[in-house]
Amino acid sequence: MNGFSPTRVFAVMVKEFKQLTRDRVTYAMMLGLPVVQLLLFGYAINSEPRHLPTALLVQEDSVFARSITSALHNSAYFDLVAHARSPAELDEMVRRGDVQFAITVPGDFTRRVARGDKAQILIEVDAADPSATGAAVAALAALPNQALVNDLKGALRNRAGNPAPFEVVVHRRYNPEAITSYNIVPGLLGVILSMTLVMMTALSVTREAERGTMESLLATPVEPLEVMVGKLAPYVVVGVVQTLIILLLARFLFDVPMLGGWVGLTLGISLFIVGSLALGFLMSTLARSQLQAMQMSVFYILPSILLSGFMFPFRGMPAWAQAIGEVVPVTHFLRVVRGALLKGQGVEDMWRELLALVAFVCVVTALAMARYRRTLD
Amino acid sequence: MTLAIDVRGLNKSFGDKHVVQDVSLQVEEGRICGFLGPNGSGKTTTLRMLCGLLTPDSGEGTALGLDIITQANLIKRRAGYMTQKFSLYEDLSLEENLQFSARVHGLDHRKDRVDAALERLGLIERRSQLAGSLSGGWKQRLALATATLHEPKLLLLDEPTAGVDPKARRTFWDEIHALSAEGLTVLVSTHYMDEAERCHEIAYIAYGKLIARGTADQVIADTQLVTFNGEGPGIDRLAAEIAKRDGVEMAAPFGQSLHVSGTERAALEAAIAPYRREPFRWTQVEPSLEDVFIRLMDQSEDNFR
Repeated sequence: MNGFSPTRVFAVMVKEFKQLTRDRVTYAMMLGLPVVQLLLFGYAINSEPRHLPTALLVQEDSVFARSITSALHNSAYFDLVAHARSPAELDEMVRRGDVQFAITVPGDFTRRVARGDKAQILIEVDAADPSATGAAVAALAALPNQALVNDLKGALRNRAGNPAPFEVVVHRRYNPEAITSYNIVPGLLGVILSMTLVMMTALSVTREAERGTMESLLATPVEPLEVMVGKLAPYVVVGVVQTLIILLLARFLFDVPMLGGWVGLTLGISLFIVGSLALGFLMSTLARSQLQAMQMSVFYILPSILLSGFMFPFRGMPAWAQAIGEVVPVTHFLRVVRGALLKGQGVEDMWRELLALVAFVCVVTALAMARYRRTLD
Repeated sequence: MTLAIDVRGLNKSFGDKHVVQDVSLQVEEGRICGFLGPNGSGKTTTLRMLCGLLTPDSGEGTALGLDIITQANLIKRRAGYMTQKFSLYEDLSLEENLQFSARVHGLDHRKDRVDAALERLGLIERRSQLAGSLSGGWKQRLALATATLHEPKLLLLDEPTAGVDPKARRTFWDEIHALSAEGLTVLVSTHYMDEAERCHEIAYIAYGKLIARGTADQVIADTQLVTFNGEGPGIDRLAAEIAKRDGVEMAAPFGQSLHVSGTERAALEAAIAPYRREPFRWTQVEPSLEDVFIRLMDQSEDNFR
């Protein structure tokens, strides 16, 4: 009588299919998500970035210096974006993160090459993210033997070949041993905060709507902003506790350097926590069910991981993907956290990122307030 | 005489569905007004418009002297609303639910008020029990206590006793009458005829239109319905047969007896004449509220089509 009945299986199957197609958003998500993500991330992600921004400080105006400049340019790994006028300015560019590489051609370069006297050029690398620079640094090995090939003629011909006419001194800054976890662990702070906070609050309003408690809540005199602040406050505490745990573990388990920048870091973390919560709240006003709210937060979290520079070097992405990445709040948060911890950046160095986070908080809060319905209309 | 509710020409559509059409309603202060009508007739929508949960497409009026469109927020402070579906927090205790309501309304002496409410409910010992674990009847009483904690002047109840057992319903209605005696105005929607009879007056809405209004007796008299009650073994089985006869607008079995109603006495008498024989006995009776409502429902359905 009982046993396994194909008819009954079919009954359940048909019902399930029908219910699936009734929920249009889920349906669209299931079909659209793979396509969008595949196209987006497939083209955007590049773990061997080229065209990295490079600043140059040339302390002598010479044929050799120009040749080196053009050799770097031709390598496709380096894009010369700035000429520094002093070592201090060059240093500042690296610290602020404007450039990934800083190349110094010293004032006595031509003379030393000509004399065969240990000519050097100095390349300082922002190695906070080792994976961003590895390939470019490797490419530098060929530079001494090739850059000056056309210039070393006549009397200088014997300077070409072995030993190389000059050497490249690579100076890795911020993470000299190229320890990946130094870069990943601070980045995880951004990803973990996004995942938990956005999801938690995304469920908060939809849960009220789904359980029917929204109707009672709306019938009370409580104002939208009061609901939002009241709902988010407990999660601010959650976010702060998570931050402390992650930072403590980063320090004592992973030995992540913490060079300072505490003011900027605190500001950045506060803004990011509030912004993420507000974003979750905004999602919950858009979603019609908890399931939809979950899907939306996943939709947000994937680019936060993949396009923010957390997992893959930001500068390795094509320009259009970087443009999308700039819109992702985690991108700016990562720059704040890494800048503060690994480089000791102060507020004056990261004000643009902080401003981006302020904009994030304001825009999302305004949208959430505009979307939140004080009636059931 | 002061009107607690005074609205005119309320309209509300959802998409192409005109859910509430030109509803005008006046309820005097301190009265209990029963709000009746078939499912989907616009009762819930009307209640929601009165307490600011929905904005009418057109129409105007006041609740507690406050404009329902521009002063909805002030109405929310002075009115209590109990939803059709239980809408307190099931994962909060009874006490916590009441405290939340007290805080949201900015009440003073919160603890005393919450204690008093729990005491009145007789739930003081179970104060820390989760609201979700209460039975249907208790849930509704807790919801009523929560909706009235801020001492509203107007109480809007949306089918508060659906699915509740008769004893719990009676307790619930005793509470409503007690509140009304203190001057509270109540507008309560219901499907139960015994509850409609417990109201001071009733308003009947069908297909978004208000079609009857007054005390129960007035509404019954206004329909000019004539009802005969037939008794006798097996008479209930004749319902379908009698209902088909000219002059009979409806025939409804009630256990061992049969209610046959129509608006024209002569035609109705003629219709039941063949059945005036042993073992059946016929007497003219006062039509019940239910007879009247079913008649109103049929009538409005005809008009609607």
